Amino acid sequence: MTGRAEAAPVRLQSGRVRYGELLIKGLLGFCALVSVATTVGIIAALFIPAFEFFQEVSIVEFLTGREWAPLFEPALFGVVPLIVGTLSVTFWAVLIAIPFGLGSAIYLSEYASARTRSFLKPMLEVLAGIPTIVYGYFALTFFTPLLRDVGISVDIFNVLSAGLVMGVMILPTVASLSEDAMAAVPRDLRDGAFALGATRREVATRIVVPAAISGVTASFVLGISRAVGETMIVLVAAGQQPNLTFDPRAAVETMSAFIAATGAGDVPTGSVEYKTIFAVGATLFVMTLILNVISIRLVERFREEYE
Amino acid sequence: MTTVNLKRRGRDVKGAAFKGVLLLSLIVGFATLVTLLVDVFRKGWQYVDETLFTNPPSIDPAIAGARPAILATIYLGLMVILFTVPIGVGTAIYLEEYADRRRWYNRLLELNIQNLAAVPSIVYGILGLAFIVRGLGLGQVLLAGALILTLLVLPNMIIASREALRAVPDTIRQGGYALGATQWQVTARQVLPAALPGIATGSILSVSRGIGETAPLIMVGAVTYVAFDPTILGPFTALPIQIYQWVRLPQEEFRALAAAAIIVLLGILLSLNAVAIWLRNRYQRRW
Amino acid sequence: MSVTDAPVKIAGDLQRESTPRGAAVFDVQNVGVSYDGNLAVHEVTLPIYEKQVTAIIGPSGCGKSTFIRVFNRMNDLIPNAKVHGKVLYHGADLYGKDVDPVEVRKQIGMVFQKPNPFPKSIYDNVAFGPRVLGWRKELDERVERALRRAALWDEVKDRLKKNALGLSGGQQQRLCIARALATEPDVILMDEPASALDPIATTRIEDLMHELKRDYTILIVTHNMQQAARVADMTAFFSVDIAPEGDRTGILVEYDETSKIFTQPSDQRTEDYVTGRFG
Repeated sequence: MTGRAEAAPVRLQSGRVRYGELLIKGLLGFCALVSVATTVGIIAALFIPAFEFFQEVSIVEFLTGREWAPLFEPALFGVVPLIVGTLSVTFWAVLIAIPFGLGSAIYLSEYASARTRSFLKPMLEVLAGIPTIVYGYFALTFFTPLLRDVGISVDIFNVLSAGLVMGVMILPTVASLSEDAMAAVPRDLRDGAFALGATRREVATRIVVPAAISGVTASFVLGISRAVGETMIVLVAAGQQPNLTFDPRAAVETMSAFIAATGAGDVPTGSVEYKTIFAVGATLFVMTLILNVISIRLVERFREEYE
Repeated sequence: MTTVNLKRRGRDVKGAAFKGVLLLSLIVGFATLVTLLVDVFRKGWQYVDETLFTNPPSIDPAIAGARPAILATIYLGLMVILFTVPIGVGTAIYLEEYADRRRWYNRLLELNIQNLAAVPSIVYGILGLAFIVRGLGLGQVLLAGALILTLLVLPNMIIASREALRAVPDTIRQGGYALGATQWQVTARQVLPAALPGIATGSILSVSRGIGETAPLIMVGAVTYVAFDPTILGPFTALPIQIYQWVRLPQEEFRALAAAAIIVLLGILLSLNAVAIWLRNRYQRRW
Repeated sequence: MSVTDAPVKIAGDLQRESTPRGAAVFDVQNVGVSYDGNLAVHEVTLPIYEKQVTAIIGPSGCGKSTFIRVFNRMNDLIPNAKVHGKVLYHGADLYGKDVDPVEVRKQIGMVFQKPNPFPKSIYDNVAFGPRVLGWRKELDERVERALRRAALWDEVKDRLKKNALGLSGGQQQRLCIARALATEPDVILMDEPASALDPIATTRIEDLMHELKRDYTILIVTHNMQQAARVADMTAFFSVDIAPEGDRTGILVEYDETSKIFTQPSDQRTEDYVTGRFG
């Protein structure tokens, strides 16, 4: 009697825990924690000293005071000149980056042939890849003299030069994000509009851009955020004098420039002057954080619509 | 057949004007790029010679060079690749292959990375100053610079790696699972090799972004006057810092030296990007 | 593919009465279309009569959609597309030297296979055409008129400002028809207008066509033979010619009154298609 009357029980369980797999997952999760640690580190690095700073300096004086002179006797800690300096440069940068960035995007998305695009897109990528110090050099040594030659009497360090050059640097960011948004607008919407007798311009401005508006707006906000946080162009070309002025021909000090200049210097650790780095840094961080979150939300909303 | 239909029309003035404005937008970028490059080359080319590469900086422009800076930039680049790739790819694998996207902590992780990608580089510099230089007690050394640049470009690396992983079609994974392989086996033996070109391209582009940065290095104490070759745990400078230093000096020759250093920096970046693009074109698979 | 083997019946329940033929709105003369040098549609010659429904039927790949786009110059938007031959519209050459495609599209409207309302309000969708034409006055009346003609007014009159994407598929398609009507065209082209819709919505669209043909010339592409039998006065049957290298070219096989095409086709290929032997 050789035939088995009953089949052997089937074993489907693994019989052992796969520790190797768990270990791997743990290691990978640990990698992910690095980014968490970075954020925690940034927040701790900024807000703990900032908090200490505001024990010694009133936050009201900080946010509303109109003179910034931390190394003077008596020291003045009004951050308004730095904020105004930042916003002033940002204004000029955005004046260039948003219209020309959007214009470039519309051209690439709605007008350019495949061949033209294959030539223009890399150009924008190159523009985006040039280090900011190079733009700073260009602003100081070429653009400022150029402005003077054209008759605009700017100081050696001035807002206009830094702002306009920064605008060109940020232009590719606006262009590429806007273009992505427009490319995601389905083709049949364009076809429908063309079939009604719309011109290419009307299709672009009345159908495509409105349909892509979340993504386009996100690109604007991201551009503003980059302008606010940018350091080297302003450090080299806009100056380090915290003047409270909106005059683009004058020198100013932006928040980022102040942080860089002070951080590079020999300020004793733990002093109030040292802590200004963190107070100003925290202010800058909060401003860009708000802008970044808005931009991320807009991109999410835009992705929901088209994907 | 009665109606006569006129199809001729006046010129579309608005349309032509609009197109003109759009072209102008592109010209602004293009013209600036060309002007910048021409200006830098015109002013700096005379100083791009052996001296630039072999000599340390000096108060005498005739013998000043950027050797410590160039070496430091190369070292920084190598260290950044060394640190960023494992952590960045690891994070990307975790997010793409392992993480349950419905969990709030994973979504938060993704949001966190997107935000970190947009944080200004000077803030990373502050992080470096507070924790690495003074907190960790590492001091103002090359390693600190490398660490902080790593953190700076890590979000970009993660995002690029995720794209590369996402581009691998699911059928490859499913084929592996169907054969009874574990998740890590599928990931390591099927998915990663397929995603490798994209990851390599992404890492080169991330690094090239990192070595062009100046602000974080300023904050972690890149000294502007370093006359000796850099070591990992010693004081250091870097090419962008050297450019910054020379640009601030009033003498015309130092401005020209700055331009020369810019040419070197752009040369390094161009080579890196060319390698990245070559990799992408050569090994890109169309699924 | 048809379910039956018998010729499609033209009983009294289908075509009401064959509308008497009027003048020719389009005169198509040896028209072909090629993409990148590959011929997609070969030498077609036929007249399209006014205030009638003309259907273009045929198997997939026979160039029906390409052909219908000749009439409103939508092929212009595709790079490397070339149109050979002549298309006369009320005697004027559609592809003449000074002709502006934008003008052509204002007089020859189009409805697409998949409803494509703009992500705007219902009102703004219908008003888009008139606005682009510069007709700013009496916009409300134009919108209402177009929506009434498309048999949609009663359903949307209380929510004109609501987003058009909230409508059902059938409603969206009627909205697209209203949108096309708002520019007061002469001709309406329809590329498989009901193929993405359910049967009830389809019937409504077909009823609409019967209404509309009183005032407009309608040219419709359909892969549904019964639909052609139901709505069309004239029917053109296209077939695919497959070259030895595998290139597919569409050719016109037969063009006649719908009843003839379905009961007494002259060409064997037509008979094969309408009786469901292939397709």
